[in-house]
Amino acid sequence: MSSLTVTDEQASATPAKVIQPAWVRIMHWINALAMILMILSGWQIYNASPLFGFSFPREYTLGGWLGGGLLWHFAAMWLLMINGLAYLITGFATGRFRKKLLPITPSGVLHDVRAALTFKLGHDDLTVYNYVQRVLYAGIIVVGVLIVLSGLSMWKPVQLYYLVMLFGDYPTARYVHFFCMAAICAFLVIHVLLALLVPKSLRAMIIGR
Amino acid sequence: MAKRSFLIPGVDKRLLIKDSIKAMPDFTRRRFIAGGASLGALTLLTGCDVVDSSSADTLLAKVSKFNDAVQAFIFNPDALAPTFPESAITKPFPFNAYYDLDDAPEVDGKDWKLEVRGLVDNKKSWTLDELYKLPQVTQITRHICVEGWSAIGSWTGTPLRDFLKLIGADTRAKYVWFQCADKDGYNSPLDMRSALHPQTQMTFRYANEILPRAYGFPMKIRVPTKLGFKNPKYVVSMEVTNDYKGGYWEDQGYNSFSGS
Repeated sequence: MSSLTVTDEQASATPAKVIQPAWVRIMHWINALAMILMILSGWQIYNASPLFGFSFPREYTLGGWLGGGLLWHFAAMWLLMINGLAYLITGFATGRFRKKLLPITPSGVLHDVRAALTFKLGHDDLTVYNYVQRVLYAGIIVVGVLIVLSGLSMWKPVQLYYLVMLFGDYPTARYVHFFCMAAICAFLVIHVLLALLVPKSLRAMIIGR
Repeated sequence: MAKRSFLIPGVDKRLLIKDSIKAMPDFTRRRFIAGGASLGALTLLTGCDVVDSSSADTLLAKVSKFNDAVQAFIFNPDALAPTFPESAITKPFPFNAYYDLDDAPEVDGKDWKLEVRGLVDNKKSWTLDELYKLPQVTQITRHICVEGWSAIGSWTGTPLRDFLKLIGADTRAKYVWFQCADKDGYNSPLDMRSALHPQTQMTFRYANEILPRAYGFPMKIRVPTKLGFKNPKYVVSMEVTNDYKGGYWEDQGYNSFSGS
């Protein structure tokens, strides 16, 4: 009981705890904009020479034609890369990645996935990520790095040949780029859905608390 | 930025746009007409006009110029495009143009002459027989199209830098500008450093055969450090110049450097 009292006192003595610091919120929304621009312009570029037996509907593409899509893609890439790099550096330097995303244990993930699917996953303390969040957020960072590296490989297959070698060859880098996009789209759907299910997490990403 | 033109031969572009608009669902059609197709998706997504389309076009053109400078900066004149064994050659190597193969230029090799203009000592025109006598080398490299697909081919010809030396070109000039026999007058500028790259080639043969009509007879400029559209076919003249004279696709919005 006494511990509860202390917590209450602390809570009332200090203003509401910051869940998402300003740098996270700013970079999150810049990234959201950059990702959407990259995906929609990327679909335009994909449609010029589809890898599979389908094209993206024209109304969900950016740029009007291939040339326009490329202009958007190679403009928004700067936003995505500079913001992403700043996010990685700050995430590592402040220890946020280590504190918020680790550890990730298989049993923890299994437990929380089961809880999430039965709508029993608690969100009492938004400052601590559950295992579903940890896996998704750590995973999407890896995918983000991969999509940039495969994209750079396709942009500069001669100058950045060592990068292309990492993926095998140019056509493989193209497939990697596509599947990373698909993974990001799948993440986006789940991420937005979960954020809407727990609206206070969305509020925390906008106003910080 | 120059407005893009629709490039389907024999089709009136105004009628084509009219027909396409008719084929769109109502909502899309209103957006298309109101906001310009290039921003349709973003507008749809946010439900409001985020940026008006002409200022977005201006900004994008500026970023593309910036990207030209970045690419020129990271261009390493000694970095070679990977080469492949003959077994890796793509068969059949695709014909690709903004027109059908039937509409590809039919150049008479006997009448054809390569015109040389601009900042060069010797402006003499070259017949095909004269060019065939120059030392030739073969490369098997990957052709990468701006659309994303790629294909490996075998090209034989004279390194462009050897020819530029031979005609006494001022290699401090900024560009070599090529004009071609394609319908609507294809042309494309090549920055001098890429023109002097060891693998940049005046190509006369494909897969050890005289360059066929489909791949640019009588002469193509093969630049394995550039996207396909910067590899002009059916070349009729080259001009060494300090002026940026634009290009068929470059003027419509493709990034001008487009190096790989």
